Amino acid sequence: MDRSTPPLNSLFQELILEHYKRPRNKGELPDPDVSIHMKNPTCGDEVHLQMHVKDGVIANAMFVGEGCSISQASISMMTQLVKGKPVDEALGLAAQFTRMMHGDADAARDKRMGDLRSLAGVAKFPVRVKCALLGWNALEEGVGKTG
Amino acid sequence: MNTVAPLIDTAAIRSEFPILATSTEDGRPLIYLDNAATSQKPRAVIDAIRHYYEHDNANVHRGLYDLSRRATEAYEGARDRIARFIGAAFADEVIWVRGATEGINLVAHSWGGANLKRGDEIVLSVLEHHSNIVPWQLIAERTGAVVRFVDIDEQGRIRLDELRAVLASGHARIVAIGHVSNAIGTIHPVQEIARLAHEAGALLVVDGAQGAPHLKIDVQALGCDFYALSGHKMCGPMGIGALWGRRELLDAMPPYMGGGEMIDYVGTDGSTFKTSPHRFEAGTPNVGGAIGLAAAADYLDGIGHDALWSHEQELTRYGLEVLGGTDGITIFGPHDAAERTAVFSFALEGVHPHDVATIVDVEGVAVRAGHHCCQPLMRRLGVPATTRASCYLYNTTTEIDALARALERARAVFR
Ligand SMILES: Cc1ncc(COP(=O)(O)O)c(C=O)c1O
Repeated sequence: MDRSTPPLNSLFQELILEHYKRPRNKGELPDPDVSIHMKNPTCGDEVHLQMHVKDGVIANAMFVGEGCSISQASISMMTQLVKGKPVDEALGLAAQFTRMMHGDADAARDKRMGDLRSLAGVAKFPVRVKCALLGWNALEEGVGKTG
Repeated sequence: MNTVAPLIDTAAIRSEFPILATSTEDGRPLIYLDNAATSQKPRAVIDAIRHYYEHDNANVHRGLYDLSRRATEAYEGARDRIARFIGAAFADEVIWVRGATEGINLVAHSWGGANLKRGDEIVLSVLEHHSNIVPWQLIAERTGAVVRFVDIDEQGRIRLDELRAVLASGHARIVAIGHVSNAIGTIHPVQEIARLAHEAGALLVVDGAQGAPHLKIDVQALGCDFYALSGHKMCGPMGIGALWGRRELLDAMPPYMGGGEMIDYVGTDGSTFKTSPHRFEAGTPNVGGAIGLAAAADYLDGIGHDALWSHEQELTRYGLEVLGGTDGITIFGPHDAAERTAVFSFALEGVHPHDVATIVDVEGVAVRAGHHCCQPLMRRLGVPATTRASCYLYNTTTEIDALARALERARAVFR
């Protein structure tokens, strides 16, 4: 078994750093239907996800947050991906992303995941998985509340 | 870089810590810089614990047979040893606890529960570890006392002018302060704080979790009223620590937990209790832990506190210079090595502490990232978290160099 530490570039991919430095959909959303605040108490990562949900579709999604590159890039990519998608489909993507974080190779190849595939390497750094999932947990809890 | 000849032989010291001979999963030497979280254990401590379980194990203060007598002797001998280690006047001023956390909770619960009343003040600093904050908040809630926080200056030193101002209210009953900050390494002027607290009619509780591992402790010279320490941070095992208190205070305090070992007489209509320290030690104690902690005291005294201090001061100066000289780094805490220990808590521009710790880990260096159980301090410093490298007697300037290189790497990844 290869127990060596995975190389850094499998974790900090260009695309991740790019979303970290230039996050998409970052800012306050006026009159949100869904507003969820999530925090990881051990490391202090924080996200606040706000969405407009109309007729079962995520019309808009924005976030504010503070934290490591993985948590912030993941939620930035997530808002890009779920915007305009039906809630059911977004929850399906959340489930697929979670599988990817647990090392599922099929999930990591799924084209529907878009930029988020760049986060596949996080699965090799178990302590960082919760960072990548923070925004997705907010999504699941948020649409769970409207549904 | 020019370094002063170390007064202790680090190679020899390192060979006494079995874990330092192990390597990371991919075969790199272990560079352990998370000593503020817990220290590694020398063979002498591991052997003392093993010897106890192989030769002397029995319950204490109970059996009339030889083995139990031996266990009791070793256990009470360990109490004497720790009393000596911290300069206590009497061994019965030393209470065994699980660690600094339990020691502080004991004082808050027992002394605080019996003595605090509505409007009394408990004075802390914003530098405190959560275990020197939360127990006081809990007892304040129960008694109606108020918790007040004293600020720090720009170098993370407690502001004595503010402490004086807070104490001037005349309502303070307790001042509780860390000897050394686990988060940024500041050494508090405990003697001066003791004088101010006593002038104001308050007691001084010292959280010595980070003091006992690094400084020569003399509780009488410090002038405090209680001193709590954790064995695992000073080369001893986890699950054992000590609370020292002045005898006349302990004698007047009610029990903390009830159970076996702590009673004189138990009747169906009520019970009476032993005197201190046994009054505060309900249940079967951690005998093996106490013996391991005594071995740790022997070990540290054997190295010598002057040598320990010189070595750590060298690491402190070296770290401040080398890490402080790295591009984009801000190190928190005092600038003058003499006012701090070798704990380097820092921000690296453009890289979140969590990412720094992961990159540094890939380079084989173990550091910690987070709030270090000091959320009020993080808020005061205006950061969500810091990366922290904390050294101990077996660390070397070469390891600090390795950290510096890893930090350059982190900067490069995020450029
Ligand atoms: C300053 C300080 N106080 C208290 C504690 C609590 O010690 P323990 O967890 O061993 O009870 C620690 C350890 O994390 C500490 O660094």
